[in-house]
Amino acid sequence: MSSFSDTFLNMDVLARYAPSILKGVGVTILLSVLIVLTGVVVGTLLACLRSFRVRLLSFFIVVFADIFRALPPLVLILLAFFGLPNIGVVLTSFTVLYLVLALVLAAFAEEIVWAGITATPKGQWEAARSTGLGYTQTLGYVVLPQALRMVIPPLTNRAIAITKMTALGMVIGVPDILGQATTAQSFSANASPLTLAAVAYVVIFLPLVVLSRWLETRFSRGAA
Amino acid sequence: MITDRPTLELRGLHKSFGADPILRGIDLSVARGEMVFVLGPSGSGKSTMLRCCNRLEEPDSGEIFVEGKPITGTGVDLNGMRQRIGMVFQSFNLYPHLTALGNVTLAMRRVQKKPRAEAETRALDALDRVGLKAKADSYPAQLSGGQQQRVAIARAMALEPSVMLFDEPTSALDPELVGDVLAVMREVRAEGMAMLVVSHEMKFAREAADRVVFVDGGVIVEQGTPEEVFERPREARTRAFLGRISE
Repeated sequence: MSSFSDTFLNMDVLARYAPSILKGVGVTILLSVLIVLTGVVVGTLLACLRSFRVRLLSFFIVVFADIFRALPPLVLILLAFFGLPNIGVVLTSFTVLYLVLALVLAAFAEEIVWAGITATPKGQWEAARSTGLGYTQTLGYVVLPQALRMVIPPLTNRAIAITKMTALGMVIGVPDILGQATTAQSFSANASPLTLAAVAYVVIFLPLVVLSRWLETRFSRGAA
Repeated sequence: MITDRPTLELRGLHKSFGADPILRGIDLSVARGEMVFVLGPSGSGKSTMLRCCNRLEEPDSGEIFVEGKPITGTGVDLNGMRQRIGMVFQSFNLYPHLTALGNVTLAMRRVQKKPRAEAETRALDALDRVGLKAKADSYPAQLSGGQQQRVAIARAMALEPSVMLFDEPTSALDPELVGDVLAVMREVRAEGMAMLVVSHEMKFAREAADRVVFVDGGVIVEQGTPEEVFERPREARTRAFLGRISE
């Protein structure tokens, strides 16, 4: 039993590496916020652009969304981090992780918001257009607000799933929670930093999960 | 421009969906303050005709004039034109995320660019006219079907159109809620609007319509006063239709 606590809950190790993991918490939170904001905004914009039904533009949006949804994010991260320098684009590991995950979330968000736009009844378009609102105004003031309410549950679920993938940054040396913890683990030859990392993830993401549940019940009631 | 032309004028309207002709040459006019009822079996083209009047459907050929000005063809300011033509839908189509007040003010603020205070004053006035000023802050889901339709009428009326189109305005309502909507439609007519109504409310048509138009197979089969069309229909198709629905 004491070997278990020595391995997973070694107080000396925890005390020594807690500050660096706390720094990692800051990095993970910053990354998550940036990824969610960028991903949801870009995805929503792409879905709006797609609704104009310009054939070539829609084609490229669909190709983007399909590729970024199909590829494992880790493959994209490694490709970008180790591949781009060969063509002269050198990005920090933080930037690579941010860009890749933001684009992956954007691809999913585009599909989700697009589904919301197409699920908004045709009568809403007709009513708005019949009062003189233009296409873009109808989209912005009438259709999109309804579409976004409709897709809040899948969108928040996807956003949480993607932000958890910030842990993948470890493989390219992003100093996020897991990056800091694995470094500490190899220095201390002890798993306690990983335990602390797990606790940190729960502390960060559990409130988000609870928040998403609250959003879902709130907006499903509003829509009825 | 002073004109003695009708407020709404349709000339030689044709429309096909694919190979199916829906409208085959419709000529119709509605004068200021006139309520014209359009009757006809389903699939007769009456709704399509109505939806051509604000170009929710694009006619294949023919012309439409509102207050003497053409609204068909290219180079028409579609969004400007649509403010002159209010439309009320069978399924109300209120914006569910906005209050009754928000529904009525949206186009005033975003299309007519009225300041919020002015738009709200006008919207409250419009809601008052349909008897729902007290419901200004209610969301559509909190209103009955009849109330929703009256808000929809207020939404169209607030833009001060010269023509109002009603596409089966009471068909989705429970029978006990129909009366309020019809009462509001009488009010609209009293304000001197040109009204084109597609509806199955025969009793209301008899009492309130100035003219009844019977459409079948994409053409106007016959038209006249309610008395003429209901009591002394000239055409066999009209008689057959009226016979079917009075059963």
